[in-house]
Amino acid sequence: MYGYFGKRLRVNLKDRTVTVEAWDLKEGEKFIGGRGLGTKILMEEVNPQADALSPENKLIFVTGPLTGTPTPTGGRYMVVTKSPLTGTVACSNSGGYWGAELKTAGYDAIILEDKADAPVYISIEDEKVEIRDASHLWGKAVTEATKALEAENGEKAKVCLIGPAGEKLSRMAAVMNDYSRAAGRSGVGAVMGSKNLKAIVVKGSKKVALHDEANLKALVSADNKKLRENGVTGQGLPTYGTAVLVNIINENGILPTNNFQKAYFDKAEEISGETLAEKYLVKKDPCYRCPIACGRYCKVDDIEGGGPEYETVWAFGSDCGVSDLGAVIKANYWCNELGLDTISVGATIAAAMELYEKGHIKEAELEGLSLEFGNAEAVIEWTKKIGWRQGLGDKMADGSYRLAEMYGVPELSMTVKKQELPAYDPRGVQGHGLQYATSNRGGCHVRGYMISPEILASPEKLDRFALEGKALWVKIFQDLTAVIDSMGLCLFTSFALGAGDYAELYNAVTGGKYTAETILEAGDRIWNLERMFNLQAGIKPEEDTLPKRLLEEEIAEGPSKGWVHKLDELLPAYYELRGWTKEGVPSEEKLQALGLA
Amino acid sequence: MNIRVKLFATLREGRGKALEVDAQDGASAGEILRSLMIKAEDVAILLINGKDGHLDQPLFEDDLLSIFPPVGGG
Repeated sequence: MYGYFGKRLRVNLKDRTVTVEAWDLKEGEKFIGGRGLGTKILMEEVNPQADALSPENKLIFVTGPLTGTPTPTGGRYMVVTKSPLTGTVACSNSGGYWGAELKTAGYDAIILEDKADAPVYISIEDEKVEIRDASHLWGKAVTEATKALEAENGEKAKVCLIGPAGEKLSRMAAVMNDYSRAAGRSGVGAVMGSKNLKAIVVKGSKKVALHDEANLKALVSADNKKLRENGVTGQGLPTYGTAVLVNIINENGILPTNNFQKAYFDKAEEISGETLAEKYLVKKDPCYRCPIACGRYCKVDDIEGGGPEYETVWAFGSDCGVSDLGAVIKANYWCNELGLDTISVGATIAAAMELYEKGHIKEAELEGLSLEFGNAEAVIEWTKKIGWRQGLGDKMADGSYRLAEMYGVPELSMTVKKQELPAYDPRGVQGHGLQYATSNRGGCHVRGYMISPEILASPEKLDRFALEGKALWVKIFQDLTAVIDSMGLCLFTSFALGAGDYAELYNAVTGGKYTAETILEAGDRIWNLERMFNLQAGIKPEEDTLPKRLLEEEIAEGPSKGWVHKLDELLPAYYELRGWTKEGVPSEEKLQALGLA
Repeated sequence: MNIRVKLFATLREGRGKALEVDAQDGASAGEILRSLMIKAEDVAILLINGKDGHLDQPLFEDDLLSIFPPVGGG
């Protein structure tokens, strides 16, 4: 078998049994791998109505056919499970080196079942798989636990783990790997914590079998050239990292500020990618076989580590009204150490700041800490309180929706399906807002990054306020992203590569027969499979919406002044293009056409 | 007329972050770029007062021109 090992590990944590299963992948090509195959396993094995933090839920680590191959950025893995934050399917992916290591140990996926009766970790060295005691690691932060596991398993071991936030079941907890890489969103770290699983340590020595090595070599060389020559992947991202977006998003008047109360931050320059490069950047921090190297490694005072990314800079920066980039780097550091999603944590602190500003959270609840917009120290200290579930941080640890709901004002949570929206105000990017509302994992920018055409002119520039044609753009971007996520590649390759390039890479690795058209159909199939899981989980199509503020309140100032999001005018066309009923349910004909009925 | 110019990312090298340009009445965005020795092919995004602009668009007194090379992220 080319591209896949055709093997998966099944680990029952309660019985402490490990089974190596032959994985019949005859249907594999239909779902590609990663996100697609992971969701297929979830559909087959987990009751969509299960409590996400109960032993009934399963946690699936799954690689793609291109993971661990010489393809550019081919090192990613996906964590698929039912999300404790949203109640939808969760599929969070991460870069670094761990994913490629798992693949080269000879496994396409690990399926984790039930719950251990005490903290454990899993050690994998090719065929040797052991469940080991982790009581000495429980409660330890990410760097300390990673170092201890490297000492026990050898320096070449790659470590994927949760921090204290995952142990304490924060619905914003991430799965971390390679110190500062995160499968960040939807609370996948809490599912790992609920199973008493601290870490998975891997050492692999196998090679992924390739169908047409000579052709693949030529394709990789050509694609790397495209990535080097593209302005975004060859210059913008390598030089400044993702935080280069701060200024351009602000100049368009869509940089959410003070919990989306404003869309322009007059101190954006102070937290920009340009300032990061000038003042704090130590070095680049690239992932496995990545010609882009957007990852940053920064230092401020006595704190240093991976990041921060653009979304993080926004969440702890303008969304909290904070212009101190050093404080943002520190908050990012604590998210990495405690194992937290920086987007949801920053946005939850921003929501708490508005709850305090409007008098819902009282002074007495703060235990002496500030919750005022603009307070730099607050974003660092509340991040720690959330990670350790201390004081008001305990209430905040389950995300802004549950927090705002406790105070009777859920509308102050800037979430879709209870997951915090990222760093673009959809009122000034109408297509991107449609994508937020319809994303299968709730508030998210990387299910279909419409910022590319609506702001960044890639592959072409669209009028960001226009509605016409946007539903089709969103569908195509969502389907293409599902493909990339299922391959095991990084989404950023799509600034330079297209559907045809991905099909060629897939075919050279696996011997498959995809074309640009049929591979997008596979993306559509994966999208519909996720939608079916969500519907069966009880997520209603009425939840394909945006916070009231974004639909009803006009942006008050800046270049997007006067705009609201016009979701009602976009959603029917989107449902129709998807082949769904007017109520947002995939039709029988559509499911049959995709082979899902 | 006075035109305010903001430069970003690599376009700042050797030019600075923000400039005021004294231009002839009716000058276009492209003419301002030429006066700053910025090649059109190095510009990916051009905003005039925060809205999408184009190179042959005429400018008016005190307009704000924001110029970006290809950038991306997410």
